[in-house]
Amino acid sequence: MISIVVFSLLSVLSVGMFTWKMRSIIAQIRLGKKTQRLDQPSLRFKTMLLVAFGQKKMFNRPIPALLHFVFYVAFIITQIELIEVFIDGFSGSHRIFYHTDFQQDYVFIISTIEVLSVLTFVATLAFFSRRNIVKLPRFNMKELLGWPRKDANLILLFELLLIIFIFTMNGADEASKLLQSNVGYGFAMSQYLGPLFFGRINNPEILEVLSKIGWWGHLLMVFVFLNYLPYSKHLHILFAFPNTYFSNLDKKGKFSNMDAVTQEVKLMLDPTLVPAEMTSDTIASFGAKDVNDLSWKNLLDAYSCTECGRCTSVCPANITGKALSPRKIMMDTRDRLQEVGKNNLNCMDGKSLLGDYITEEELWACTSCNACVQECPVNIDPLSIIVDLRRFLVMEESKVPSELTGMLTNIENNGAPWQFSPADRLKWTEEN
Amino acid sequence: MDFTVPTMADMMAKNQTPDVLFWVGCAGSFDDRAKKITKAIAKILHHCKVNFAVLGAEESCTGDPARRAGNEFTFQMQALMNIQVLNGYEVKKIVTGCPHCFNTLKNEYPELGGNYEVLHHTELIQTLINEGRLKLENGSMFKGKKITFHDPCYLGRANDVYEAPRNLIEKLDAELVEMKRCKTNGLCCGAGGAQMFKEAEKGNKEINVERTEDVLQSNAQIVATGCPFCNTMMTDGVKNVNKETEIEVLDVAELIANAAEL
Repeated sequence: MISIVVFSLLSVLSVGMFTWKMRSIIAQIRLGKKTQRLDQPSLRFKTMLLVAFGQKKMFNRPIPALLHFVFYVAFIITQIELIEVFIDGFSGSHRIFYHTDFQQDYVFIISTIEVLSVLTFVATLAFFSRRNIVKLPRFNMKELLGWPRKDANLILLFELLLIIFIFTMNGADEASKLLQSNVGYGFAMSQYLGPLFFGRINNPEILEVLSKIGWWGHLLMVFVFLNYLPYSKHLHILFAFPNTYFSNLDKKGKFSNMDAVTQEVKLMLDPTLVPAEMTSDTIASFGAKDVNDLSWKNLLDAYSCTECGRCTSVCPANITGKALSPRKIMMDTRDRLQEVGKNNLNCMDGKSLLGDYITEEELWACTSCNACVQECPVNIDPLSIIVDLRRFLVMEESKVPSELTGMLTNIENNGAPWQFSPADRLKWTEEN
Repeated sequence: MDFTVPTMADMMAKNQTPDVLFWVGCAGSFDDRAKKITKAIAKILHHCKVNFAVLGAEESCTGDPARRAGNEFTFQMQALMNIQVLNGYEVKKIVTGCPHCFNTLKNEYPELGGNYEVLHHTELIQTLINEGRLKLENGSMFKGKKITFHDPCYLGRANDVYEAPRNLIEKLDAELVEMKRCKTNGLCCGAGGAQMFKEAEKGNKEINVERTEDVLQSNAQIVATGCPFCNTMMTDGVKNVNKETEIEVLDVAELIANAAEL
């Protein structure tokens, strides 16, 4: 009885806390500006299925893709077991599905989960060594120093603990059942692991305690994990789905059009035009200085980023030692957004994304080549943030690198980025 | 040039309408190296009896570098003025040798009222070959040569055109070799995003040198390009490693014009 009460309280508390935190994250994302991402629902759905559900882009790099796929499948299939955990928890039963007509199916499902769990255990160790022993370059860049590295390792540690608890639960159950009836459950892994680890314990009560420790430990890890997600890069396991659904479906080369500018330029070209009524959208400042100047999709991108660094590893600027790292752009955006969140969604704290987080040097190193956008496994677009920040620098603050000022002046004066007269445009036709 | 390149104004005066406008671009009009590419494209069009014209003095920068540099005003000024000219001539179809012009005309002008069918020159040349209008009699001049194609970002990733230039290279009697970073994974030459017009930010290497190392690794004797800016960057990169006598940097249009003996 007490356990049912404790279980219920823990569940409500954990789900409640998670919901509360998610609401604040969604409120932060809603600070972003409008952008149309609801057209072509079938194409969007297909993109989500391929990229998030099917992990299509992950498979450009087969080894991490395979390791990650093990995690992913194990995570999804384990949710079936979680259903039983909740029923057992609320009703006080023990392995309720085992005691039904579907016993064989149950053993099969738990066995599948066990095999996947063992594979996940191995994958976790592989991931851990890639980060900490092999030291893959993209996991050892300066933007990952401190909390991001701890965050990544913490998630791996949670994963290991979770699996250890699952096998403590199943193994002790197997050993206990064997001890009492000579016939175990027959779970694929714990029918061997159980006797191996707990076979020498001849006391069914101790085995029951061990099984309970496994069960509660497992449950606790699930609750910890759930509530850790919103604070971690690991939020991608949820946000990958909406983030790919709301992907940019245009050609990557197309930059967003600033309609407010179109209005003004049209008036300049034709003074007889009657200006359309100014709406609140058109009076906004040009470009982005802070997170609330970005679109909500940029902000969703920031929360969907799992800091894998594929973007940075293909960035021509980063490869050649420049200050720019597209991953850092996303991490900075998220960090600043969280800061604004703590500030009751108020951006007026004297700080801003541009300047305090992202420097001009980083922005001017970008070649707009779209390699980062292409590479992201969950369709994050760091380039659109870079462009919006550049727009603010240039149009609001007139901070343009001096050579570019010359280029822009030439375009304005003679319609070419260099100082040539339009009259000379046909010279090539006279040459051989 | 041993033929006249008509301008849209000439054609209009004669009450004629060309089938396609050849958008030359600023590099193609003014840069000495890029002008050679322009001439190769014009020769191919002329040889295939494509009814084309250029804008000449009425052409103006598409605004691409201004938009990438963050100056939306200058971009839209250029775009709206160009659209006025293009719509004035009732242009339907445009071919260009510059992927930056290509991207801007194709993807960014429609929102401002300019709707055209826009082709990269490699796409048009491929059609000409497929239709039997262009025959490569002398393809064997490249026999046994290893040619690699450097994907321009604004043609490849930005617009998903990867095959047209490769199909053209395969029409030559040469061996198409790929660099380790190609197609969707292609490495930028370093010129995009208005970088062409400024010094690179502080780093430990130039991007075109990094890219040239990919070329060296591929053992290619010819780097084929599809963008005047990539051409400049790759030419400089090859010079930087003192390989200009062994490795040629040529636009796909130049390869084709040579093979067709134009």
